Amino acid sequence: MQYYLLIPFLPLAAFVINITLGKKIIRKQAHWPSTLAVLGSLVVAVMVLMDVLAGKTLNEDLYTWIISDKFQVSVGFLLDQLTAVMLIVVTSVSFLVHVYSIGYMHDDPGYYRFYAYLSLFTFSMLMLVMANNFLQLYFGWEAVGLCSYLLIGFWYEKKSASDAGKKAFIVNRFGDFGFGLGVIMIFLTFGTLHYIPVFGDAGKFLNESVNILGLEVNLITLIALLLFCGAVGKSAQIPLHVWLPDAMEGPTPVSALIHAATMVTAGVFMVARCNPIFSLSPTAMGVVAVVGGVTALFAATIALVQNDIKRVVAYSTISQLGYMFLACGVGAYAAGIFHLYTHAYFKALLFLCAGSVMHAMGGELDMQKMGGLKKYMPVTYWTMLIASLSISGIPGLAGFFSKDEILFRAYAAGGVGKFAWLLGTVAALLTAFYSFRLIFLTFHGEFRGTEEQRHHLHESPKVMTIPLLILCVGAIASGWVGIPPLLGGGEHFSEFLAPVVGHPHGEATHAEEWMTMGISVAVALAGIIVAVVFYLKNPSIPVNLAKRFQFAYRVLWNKYYVDELYDLIIVRPTLFVAKNIIVGFTDGAIIEGIVNGLPRMVNRIGAQVRKVQNGLLQHYGAIMALGLFLILAILMIKYSG
Amino acid sequence: MDITIIKPILPEIVMAALACVVLILELFIHKKETIGVFAILAVAAVSYVIPQSFGSAFNGMFISDGYSVFFKFIFFINLILAVLISIRYLKIERSEFGEYYSLMMFATLGMMIMASATDLIVLYLGLELMALSTYILAGFIRHDRRSNEAALKYFFLGAFSSAILLYGITMIYALTGTTNILAIASQLQGKMTTQLILAIVFLVVAFGFKIALAPFHMWTPDVYEGAPTSITAFMSVGPKAAAFAALGRVFTTGLIDFAPDWRGILIALSILTMAVGNILAIQQSNIKRMLAYSSIAHAGYAVIGVIAGGAEGLSAMMNYLFIYAFMNIGAFAVVIMLRVEGVKGEELEHYRGLAKTHPLAAVLMLIFMFSLTGIPPTGGFIGKFYLFKAAVGAGYAWLAVVAVVFSVISAYFYLRVVMYMYMHEPEGEPAALATSTPLGLALLITTIMVIVLGVYPSPFLAFARLAIG
Amino acid sequence: MPGTYLPSNYLPVFIFLVVAIAFGLGALLIGAIFRIRRPYKEKLMPYESGIDPVGEPRVRFSIRFYIIAMLFVVFDVEAIFLYPWAVVFDKIGLYAFVEMVIFIFILLVGYLYAWKKEAFTWE
Repeated sequence: MQYYLLIPFLPLAAFVINITLGKKIIRKQAHWPSTLAVLGSLVVAVMVLMDVLAGKTLNEDLYTWIISDKFQVSVGFLLDQLTAVMLIVVTSVSFLVHVYSIGYMHDDPGYYRFYAYLSLFTFSMLMLVMANNFLQLYFGWEAVGLCSYLLIGFWYEKKSASDAGKKAFIVNRFGDFGFGLGVIMIFLTFGTLHYIPVFGDAGKFLNESVNILGLEVNLITLIALLLFCGAVGKSAQIPLHVWLPDAMEGPTPVSALIHAATMVTAGVFMVARCNPIFSLSPTAMGVVAVVGGVTALFAATIALVQNDIKRVVAYSTISQLGYMFLACGVGAYAAGIFHLYTHAYFKALLFLCAGSVMHAMGGELDMQKMGGLKKYMPVTYWTMLIASLSISGIPGLAGFFSKDEILFRAYAAGGVGKFAWLLGTVAALLTAFYSFRLIFLTFHGEFRGTEEQRHHLHESPKVMTIPLLILCVGAIASGWVGIPPLLGGGEHFSEFLAPVVGHPHGEATHAEEWMTMGISVAVALAGIIVAVVFYLKNPSIPVNLAKRFQFAYRVLWNKYYVDELYDLIIVRPTLFVAKNIIVGFTDGAIIEGIVNGLPRMVNRIGAQVRKVQNGLLQHYGAIMALGLFLILAILMIKYSG
Repeated sequence: MDITIIKPILPEIVMAALACVVLILELFIHKKETIGVFAILAVAAVSYVIPQSFGSAFNGMFISDGYSVFFKFIFFINLILAVLISIRYLKIERSEFGEYYSLMMFATLGMMIMASATDLIVLYLGLELMALSTYILAGFIRHDRRSNEAALKYFFLGAFSSAILLYGITMIYALTGTTNILAIASQLQGKMTTQLILAIVFLVVAFGFKIALAPFHMWTPDVYEGAPTSITAFMSVGPKAAAFAALGRVFTTGLIDFAPDWRGILIALSILTMAVGNILAIQQSNIKRMLAYSSIAHAGYAVIGVIAGGAEGLSAMMNYLFIYAFMNIGAFAVVIMLRVEGVKGEELEHYRGLAKTHPLAAVLMLIFMFSLTGIPPTGGFIGKFYLFKAAVGAGYAWLAVVAVVFSVISAYFYLRVVMYMYMHEPEGEPAALATSTPLGLALLITTIMVIVLGVYPSPFLAFARLAIG
Repeated sequence: MPGTYLPSNYLPVFIFLVVAIAFGLGALLIGAIFRIRRPYKEKLMPYESGIDPVGEPRVRFSIRFYIIAMLFVVFDVEAIFLYPWAVVFDKIGLYAFVEMVIFIFILLVGYLYAWKKEAFTWE
């Protein structure tokens, strides 16, 4: 199975080619190396999937960089069911985004740079999901973060873009700090960083606890929560969700690939990968479930009132990621990964459609200035409609199966699960509503933009619409591999993943399963109907509502003032400390004192010592002799005494 | 007559014969590059007979074992790379003579003998052959006063150190009645005497001179600066490694019973060397001289491997020298590239804005500077990592800390070169580069090896461990 | 100090050294005691076979002298090495013969080199 190495290294090769030759030689052909590489990765990923389906899994260290007693830095790969699913998701979406970008980015001056970063991202993400140890996971984790930063700030001349890049990076730092600590704790506890021994031994430390500031904390719970910190940052869960909406400053294909389909799901993947650790700690599981459920609802409410087309989709992403964590938190890891997989297609589709709209509108993002685009861009309209139906959970489409699975598992798990189910169901209602609000505002009604924009309206070129159509197939059919037995399916997806993540706990009757399914379909339809009433039949209702509940509207419009709150309690104090204490005192007096003073001292010593080196042969000889006699004298004294 | 007894020394015999052939070729060949190519082919021929050479010869005076073979490969790399960077350079310096290559081969032969010697007299023979050849090479640019000065200084101080070495050997012989390194230990039976103190000190000083340990390093900056740059590169790796081979062999076999004593001396010298090398390197504005001090400092690090001792320490030291060969010659190769007609290209000022005018040269220099500093993922990091790890493992954690502190200081002058290349604007006329295929090849080899050793060091580490046995 | 070591074999050498030094110094000493001192200008002049010396005695010798001297040393050493070899030749046999051939061959290379480099021609 050595051929699997092509999967990460083809994109790496493309990155190297584009970054070295892109500027001068390849230029407008930069898409070729990157796209072909990721296509190659996709083909090999399919082969790997076949092998895994045939029961062949693999765990090997490819090479070890340094060994220091127990500490081992190695590059190794673990190919199992979970990895196979992730590989397919990453390579397929990445490939389609590469193709789409040929049209979307075609006249950008940084064309080669864009493809180079895209390849680097694909490489890093693949290294992340293929890792067989925590260190490599961490490496991939940081590398995708770096790519995300580079791509959000791709148009770095724009201040908002470079600010958004910085914000994403800094917010992620908070989560990654915890994640890093978690990895260190794992090493200290287990003496290794490889998945298999760590997961195998996790049970042995079940009752160990550590003392933190006088507080006894269960060791496994601590590790799980620290790891989850990383997931919260990367997957934009409350309270570290603030970076993702701003990340929409990046090019739209990047939003589709990195900030919807792949990188942001790394947190979910990591939790599922570490399920042997998480499952041992009910506390950590509860935290995961509640954070996921609350985020799902919270982000959905914000999405209700936003007018920026990409931001609506961004909040929808946060909300859907919440669902995935919700699933993991109730032990239904397979359901979480299932949703990750279907979500990748319909959410990438939503973003690329949004990109297509922006392309037609000359970069316009405000939905209030759109409307009636249906007749100008039919392909975009229909594909986006299907994606919206899918995310709303209309039976038969991909989103239905995965979302239904999550809600049912949450309900069946009982306890916290029931609460999470309630949150999820309400969020489902909102999801259907805001998704169709987006459709209606954008594609229906009268065009509300300028005359010039109207003149410019056109369907996007084939190179962009064909990826949309392919993703559309995914948004419809990707769920069919996980049809529940209740509807005559075989639950193939969760059976496939069972060797890695196990079976979910909790039992429920068929009646209850019918009930949860019925409710989720009902709320989806309700959401769509409300959207129809509000935005097609009677557009005055939302306006009146906003006036009536001005306070609520303002809170939602301002995203619960979270950014403002962080600004007040974190950013400002930090800047204050940075300016007045660090720059003024620590930096000026202490650090600069050391940094400048030490070399100055060394320099001064050097200038003195240097005088000995005067070029005179007899002096050199004398110094040698002096050294010799000195050593001799010391030894002689030592032995005579 | 049993011809098989010469098998262990066959590589040396082949080298000697081919060096003679090269000397004769010089008389008949006018295109001197051809001779350089022949020198490289000679290395290939010698490498070919090495695998069959394992064993001991001349009643245990000479041995071909894993340890010596590992060092011989360092010498070969040193020779090949030095030849590659010399070809164009000699033309620019108007010193194209074929003897140059045969002297390099004789010097390498001397190093090989040093690495294989299990008798102090053989060791001395090898050392003298190496030293006499390098004296001439240091003064090879005959019309350059500084080159002459370098040769003369090197010769006088070298003679001084040879005398000291001989005196040390005499003491050992007086005590034990043998000069066989392996037999010394059993003859001494761990008894400390005044003569032995003298012997140990003299040997440390003599090897310390070749390795350039402070305070016996005084010749190094002047000689390295004055000598032809290609020879500076050659001298800063080969003879140093050869002296390390001898130091390791003599002290960790023959004088192992007195380890606490010589270890104390070496620790003191190591710290002093790191201090002198790094602190004085900061003062330099001439790149060649800076690299001279840097090579002093690196010797200080490598000695830590001998101090730590054991298979781990010695293999760390061998690895370090192996890695050092590539990164150091690589750095000198870049310096040579800047040497064109009329421009010395040795001053830090010449590197101002190099990233703008010659981005590739700047990137290469950046890689070598990073590696010399010890920044991952370059080979220099791996070398230092295992060296310091060996020190910690042997209970000298504090020494490792001292070495790390000096590594941090060294970042100052290595990265200053990087700063000049990348953060300063080029001034005046963009500097020309003297590129050539052999030089390009040398840079390619060194760059690739520095990266490969940084990213995938395990096979090389395993090789060194295997060599120790 | 323990283990002071003086091989008695070297005693004759030591005696020889003492006698040699004593002889040299003694001759000078005796001369100094017994000779008559009547110096004048011509007598203090360096002896140049009866001709008045011209110029400074410290002139630069041509590099040729040194080259000739070095070549002489090489072949001198060869000759010296041949003596003991010849004495024990019948005891070591073929091995010694081959070794000496190699040794002479190496010198031959040097000779050839020196010849081609015109070390033997004056000017």
